[in-house]
Amino acid sequence: MQRYTNTAIVLHWLVAVLIVGAFALGLFMTDIPGFSPTKLRYYAWHKWAGVTVLLLAAVRLLWRLKNRPPELPADMPLWQRQAAHALHNVLYVFIFAVPLSGYFYTLAAGFPVVWFGVVQLPVLIAKNQALAETLQPVHYWLNMGMAAVVALHVLAALKHHVVDRDDTLRRMLPGRSR
Amino acid sequence: MKSMRTTLAVLLAGATLVAAAVPLKTDAAHSSVSATFKQMNVPVESNFKRFNAQIDYDPAHPENASAKVDIDTASLDMGQADYNKEIAKKEWFNSAQFPKASFVSSSIKPAGAGKLAVTGKLTIKGKTQDVSFPISVKAQGAQQVFEGQLPIHRLAFNIGEGDWKDTSMLADDVIIKFRVAAGQ
Repeated sequence: MQRYTNTAIVLHWLVAVLIVGAFALGLFMTDIPGFSPTKLRYYAWHKWAGVTVLLLAAVRLLWRLKNRPPELPADMPLWQRQAAHALHNVLYVFIFAVPLSGYFYTLAAGFPVVWFGVVQLPVLIAKNQALAETLQPVHYWLNMGMAAVVALHVLAALKHHVVDRDDTLRRMLPGRSR
Repeated sequence: MKSMRTTLAVLLAGATLVAAAVPLKTDAAHSSVSATFKQMNVPVESNFKRFNAQIDYDPAHPENASAKVDIDTASLDMGQADYNKEIAKKEWFNSAQFPKASFVSSSIKPAGAGKLAVTGKLTIKGKTQDVSFPISVKAQGAQQVFEGQLPIHRLAFNIGEGDWKDTSMLADDVIIKFRVAAGQ
């Protein structure tokens, strides 16, 4: 079996953990009523995680363009190969669109991002209340769309591992290369 | 001779009256007062939607100028309706008890071309401090435009009590920026 490169494996799981964490934190923090230092701290962490996902996703995409992913199992039907490719493409679109929508949302709301409280990120658009109100549901629904695609992604991987008992999932798990 | 002296005295008195002229009318649409602060190092600028600036200013006699500004503390726009409600609460501006923040000048002196040195009393949330800061003034059409900024420390005025005293969350330094356009 051929695995993904270690770089690809590390980037995949880092991005996965950050996406799940930022998603859960996003749902949790927006439910906190009122205004408290804790709430603002969660918002900051959420934004830092989102920007980190964006950055790692860009690195990952560049890496992928230069490093061919390992082959899918030879006996996989064509429709499954096509579905897998399509789903991965949609997932990549979401991985970029979700943090970008959040980034522009917070800029429009007048709260630029200072990454980890240190790096002031570019303020690309001016504060704009109307735009912020538009981007808020856009950010929410892109997240819900991404959650649906991630659920399919996870179910498909588990199906290969548990039902088909092939190496599809194992290609992305750390281990000694054989 | 005596009548000439009287005339001169009358003229001088008249000139003084003109110098202490009627207050200028503030053009609210072209005036603004904002507070810029850092929240976890993120610079945030928010505007006070309602304020009233009363300025007496004659370019020929800047030393006779005076200014009084009242700011409606509940009108700070943080960009989100629920945040705007929070800011009027007791631990922030306590707008129920202290609806206005105010600045009253005690002296205004010319400080070079287009510049004035302003001293006065700033009152926020019932606490008064002596402040002095430079402002610029320039004529724009029939109006005079006064611009400047005044750095303050929010904790000196008890803005942000309890957990909000944590300056790593919300810095103590706040810059009040203003622009007042006013004319006859």
